[in-house]
Amino acid sequence: MSTDDLTQDLTRRTENAPQELLTRSFFFLCAVLSIVTTLSIIVLLTTEAAKFFSVTAPLMGVEGPTASVVDFLTGTEWVINNEQFGVLPLVSATLAITIGSAVVSLPLGVATAIYLSEYATPRARSLLKPALEVLAGVPTVVYGFFAVVYITPALKTIIPNLGTFNMLSASIVVGIMIIPMVASISEDAMSAVPDSLRQAGYGMGATKFDVSVGIVVPASLSGIFSSFILALSRAIGETMAVTVAAGSQANLLNPLNPASYLEGALPMTAAMVNLLTGDITGGGIAYRSLFAIGLTLFVITLVMNIISDLVAQRYREEY
Amino acid sequence: MTDNQKQEYAADESTDDPTTDDMAIRTDVSESVSASGPTTSGAPVVRAENVDVWYNDDQALQDISLEIPENQVTAMIGPSGCGKSTFLRCINRMNDMIDAARVEGDLHLRGKNVYDDDVDPVALRRRVGMVFQSPNPFPKSIYDNVAYGLKIQNKDGDYDEIVENSLKRAALWDEVKDQLDTSGLDLSGGQQQRLCIARAIAPDPEVILMDEPASALDPVATSKIEDLISELAEEYTVVIVTHNMQQAARISNKTAVFLTGGELVEFDDTEKIFENPDSQRVEDYITGKFG
Repeated sequence: MSTDDLTQDLTRRTENAPQELLTRSFFFLCAVLSIVTTLSIIVLLTTEAAKFFSVTAPLMGVEGPTASVVDFLTGTEWVINNEQFGVLPLVSATLAITIGSAVVSLPLGVATAIYLSEYATPRARSLLKPALEVLAGVPTVVYGFFAVVYITPALKTIIPNLGTFNMLSASIVVGIMIIPMVASISEDAMSAVPDSLRQAGYGMGATKFDVSVGIVVPASLSGIFSSFILALSRAIGETMAVTVAAGSQANLLNPLNPASYLEGALPMTAAMVNLLTGDITGGGIAYRSLFAIGLTLFVITLVMNIISDLVAQRYREEY
Repeated sequence: MTDNQKQEYAADESTDDPTTDDMAIRTDVSESVSASGPTTSGAPVVRAENVDVWYNDDQALQDISLEIPENQVTAMIGPSGCGKSTFLRCINRMNDMIDAARVEGDLHLRGKNVYDDDVDPVALRRRVGMVFQSPNPFPKSIYDNVAYGLKIQNKDGDYDEIVENSLKRAALWDEVKDQLDTSGLDLSGGQQQRLCIARAIAPDPEVILMDEPASALDPVATSKIEDLISELAEEYTVVIVTHNMQQAARISNKTAVFLTGGELVEFDDTEKIFENPDSQRVEDYITGKFG
């Protein structure tokens, strides 16, 4: 090959060849699509929510009834017909669902993950993992009916004064729903713990329990915490199951008091569904309150996700 | 820790009571003496008799018989795949964790066959410490790494003192005494391996197994580990696997040469192995003609 041929061959530009340009643009557009969608949702939420609050409504050129930010954030009554828009009862119900489902899902999810990662034989794993995936794939409205039709009657045999719609069965069912998420993310983290650490433990005369709980779990804490926070974000945003199971009474309750789980309440997501499916008039204040709740919910889950990232970084171990 | 293990440990504490069948490992002098080999200087701590190991249908070790003397360094050398690490892992039954592995024959620790049905591998491994090929400190503080064995065994005693002494014996104390709370993973590779040695000796085992402990380290760190191994042999019985023949020659009292196929070809004093081996195959291997 002559030098000229070689030079031509080596200096050929493939980077901007038409097919390269085309594929690159295609992949870029796909990546941008999700960003554009997210941004549009944020813009829609904030502009519509701005029309709801009396501070910002004039800026948006909205006439008619509005609500004050302070009343919204500190009000303890949510009665749409009276135009009482206090978001606290809804937030308290969402918090109750979060705490209740955490009590169910975190221990069970981590225990499942430990079993799958450390104890299960390949055969047991091959049965359990698909079962968990099925659990994750059940439509959430089915979980809601499951709570109303099965869990609540079962609980009533133990707690006779339990309401038909109550936070207890809603929390339990959301807890069951997010077990697969806790279990699978935690299990991934535990499986990523290098085997040399387990060998070191066993070589020291550690029992299986010592190794699982004393070495593997601490070494995978960052992943386990991430799974908690992602699962709880999911519980906060969970809609259909709680709409069906938790009822529609916007009670302000104390999420830390077990007794408050016996009655029904109205979590933020369920309130939004009720607003959408109820006979509210488009453009009215009730309609715009929907976006105020949506924005509140969005901020909460966003904060949770940021915390998740920070926690994961804080506890990450490099091997 | 289960009650059963507590009992075992309590029985361990009551020292030389031969009637305890706690973990069924005990000094049985008469048996050890009667079976002492021709070149054994002390009583053998580990005695293998006709040990065969299979991984599924592949035989990894064939009919291994040898005696490892107390308070000496015994080296296992041989080419890759000759079964030397497999043999090491038979001694503390780490092979139990490989489903495909099957061990036959007798392997005695101070006269007790560790493959008897009544031997708990967990209790066995508390008597036989292990240091691995690449440093594997836990993602815990230096202190917690060294104290780990004490904690899982619920040992009594002043942990601070034991941790300090173990780190001193592992020649690491001066480098880490001001940073015991920092993660063991922040140390250099050589320091990590010395930390692993400190971790292995803290619960005061009888035997320390080392599986190519310096193969992942640079020459300076390697020479520190080698010095350390010679010192450890004053108090412990050390069995070391290495594929570095010079290392075996430098630090060991006795050398076992495994060759391909899982055979123990020769086992004798290190000097004899390196200067005047009986077997032509061993001579070829040592002089680099094959392997």
